[in-house]
Amino acid sequence: MTDVVASTLLFGLIAYAVFGGADFGAGFWDLTAGGAERGRRPRARIDRSLGPVWEGNHTWLIFCLVVTWTGFPAVFAAVTTTLYLPLGLAALGIVLRGSGFAFRKAVHRTENQRLWGAAFATSSVITPFFLGTVAGAVASGRVPEAGYGDPVGAWVNPSSLFTGVLAVAICAYLAAVFLSADAHSDGDSELVRYFQLRAWAMAVVAGALAVAGLFIAYADAPRLFSRLVGPALPVVMLSVLAGAAALVLLHRMDPRLVRGLAALAAAALVLGWGVAQYPYLLGTHAAVSAAAAPRQTLVALTVIFGAAAVLVVPSFLLLYTLAQRARLEEK
Amino acid sequence: MAPLDLAAGLIAAVDPPQLLPARQQMAFTLAFHIILVPFGVAFTFLMLVANYRGLRRGDSTALLLARRWSKVAAVLFAVGAVSGTVLSFELGLLWPGLMGRFGAAYGIPFAIEGIFFFLEAIFVAIYLYGWQRMRPWPHFWSGIPVTLSGLGGTASVVSANAWMNQPGGITLRDGQVVAVDTWRVLFNRAFWYEALHMFLAAYIVAGFVVAGVYAAGMLKGRRDHYHRLGFLISFTTAAVIMPVQIIVGDIAAREVFQNEPAKFSAIEALPRTSTHVPEVLGGVLIDGEVRYGTEIPYGASILAGYRPDTKIAGLDAIPAEYRPAPRLVNTVHLAFDVMVGTGFALLGLAAWFGWAWWRRRDLPRSTWFLRCTAISGVVAIICLECGWIVTEVGRQPWTVVGLLLTRDAVTRSGNVWYFFAGALVIYTVVGAAAILVLRGMRRRWAAGAEDDRDVPYGPPGRDDAQLGGERL
Repeated sequence: MTDVVASTLLFGLIAYAVFGGADFGAGFWDLTAGGAERGRRPRARIDRSLGPVWEGNHTWLIFCLVVTWTGFPAVFAAVTTTLYLPLGLAALGIVLRGSGFAFRKAVHRTENQRLWGAAFATSSVITPFFLGTVAGAVASGRVPEAGYGDPVGAWVNPSSLFTGVLAVAICAYLAAVFLSADAHSDGDSELVRYFQLRAWAMAVVAGALAVAGLFIAYADAPRLFSRLVGPALPVVMLSVLAGAAALVLLHRMDPRLVRGLAALAAAALVLGWGVAQYPYLLGTHAAVSAAAAPRQTLVALTVIFGAAAVLVVPSFLLLYTLAQRARLEEK
Repeated sequence: MAPLDLAAGLIAAVDPPQLLPARQQMAFTLAFHIILVPFGVAFTFLMLVANYRGLRRGDSTALLLARRWSKVAAVLFAVGAVSGTVLSFELGLLWPGLMGRFGAAYGIPFAIEGIFFFLEAIFVAIYLYGWQRMRPWPHFWSGIPVTLSGLGGTASVVSANAWMNQPGGITLRDGQVVAVDTWRVLFNRAFWYEALHMFLAAYIVAGFVVAGVYAAGMLKGRRDHYHRLGFLISFTTAAVIMPVQIIVGDIAAREVFQNEPAKFSAIEALPRTSTHVPEVLGGVLIDGEVRYGTEIPYGASILAGYRPDTKIAGLDAIPAEYRPAPRLVNTVHLAFDVMVGTGFALLGLAAWFGWAWWRRRDLPRSTWFLRCTAISGVVAIICLECGWIVTEVGRQPWTVVGLLLTRDAVTRSGNVWYFFAGALVIYTVVGAAAILVLRGMRRRWAAGAEDDRDVPYGPPGRDDAQLGGERL
């Protein structure tokens, strides 16, 4: 039972990394799209891609928070009392980001759009960075089980900062691939190239970071390293292969398939982290079975997840088809 | 140093320095978020009423209202979604003692709320897209899940709050939750009346706020079908629910009297346990006595138990170490009075309308009616906030009554004032921007412009699709 809930948490993290990550990454490209005139087309594409899904994607974060505090309450408290700085900054970033995106659509004057757009784009980069440092701090075992760990050292260290940067790079990579697929379905080949170029650049950056990350993990988080090249190795290899395949096939294949490969690469990376940590929730301590809530709570959570899958998945598909469907009067 | 000061100093020394800013921040962010709740829950219902009427009677004005309201709902839902996300961060960052110790029980309603939130986000987007991409009736039905998940989400969150007031369904061993009875956690003893009270409040707030907007327009001379319809749909909803809410509130107060005696003694600002307790309107507790209030003889006793000799527990019945400070008692007492006062004022407004409608099938002729309605939204929000203050401050010093003190729930790390300051700045900016955005929408609509570009979640605007394609 405890493993079921822990797996669900990992599933939520993967979903957030892929969907929320692509969402954040779109903000990264928004930020770097240049002036109002030059960046108009990519920004319009980003707006249209995010419009229907941007809040849905981020409910995965709520999902992860809720699963953690209900399923593993003491671990949740340990993380929040230690990593309150990056978590607090991420929380404020989320407000700025969400409202920036919403208001940019709702205001009509260019200077207002620019202001809210900047808020949206900047917080899109800052938020995944801080969330990444949280993941790095947990993975490297810097959160003590009783909580109240070093509020600065726990996330200002090579592993955590590196994970933050890696998170931003992966988000940007995912978004570039997703957006090029969206541009492809528009038939806008110029914009496809625009995002493909960026996907390429980010793939190289993320790949280089990942190699550097292995050295950092070796020096800074020995258990994580030994498990990443031990039991988690097949998953890590899957991530590397999927990422490399997406890179090689970027120009040759249907962008929608490339999108799948890129998502697989990111998902496998998070999965690798989960496998490497198992059976510990806090990197090197807090075993899943010991930290879990009473059995009845876990049963309740599992039932709720089942209901969620039954209700949410079809609704999401309906929205997705609707977003792809042309206007009624055009048919 | 006087003995009293010494005691105060000792109590203050027990409180961690994070307690005050954490409480202020939680109060501020919740007070902000609770204003948005009625718009996700009830405003979307008004939108569907307008949509239904538009389709049934072929009333294009009603459809225009529904369409514009759906855009307003989307903007407010977006703001509510982000401020709600921050709240879930705050639960962990500010109150790790609560989440760490009781997350196994307290977290369950939030897990359910997550589903409803997810569904609401998805169907808000479906409904917005549906204006252009679905047939009219299926589109109308696609809006129903928005309102239903708003209801479910509110019920879930209120369930968590009610559990803090009347915790149940858990087995503790050495302070640890070792067994959980899910149903008794969810449907705890405070759940039904708190959830119903909040749910009706959401309809009242949304109804009066929207009615106020159209009343203001009518005061400026815009007495067309559009304004009249916008006014009638919203005002009638609020007016019908108002008397029900008074009854539910009365039941809730009696439940509090029976099951949360400490909170009830704060509501009544009653220093000593006694019978024949008067209902004191206004007044403040100073040195153990209520001063400057207006007394209704036996009022409190009769309201609580229908008899003058009903015994009501006073503040003296609370053990000294758990007794709320007088300023907390006064806050609760005055908030309760303001809630009841504003509630009856709104009931009076509803009755005024009801009388005119019964006699002449029309709005009251007096412009004072429109003037009162124009501010009724603000009054309803004040009423809502006061009710929430009664519940939350009235529970102090407990976070979970009898099980967890607020000072044990709060975080002990970091300087929370900075976090609070950050939240204050960002929320102020976001709140001001939301108002500006809505005003901008209203201005464009008043000028007759219809533009689909202006909503989060919504489909792309006309500038990149066919310009001026359909006209409502």
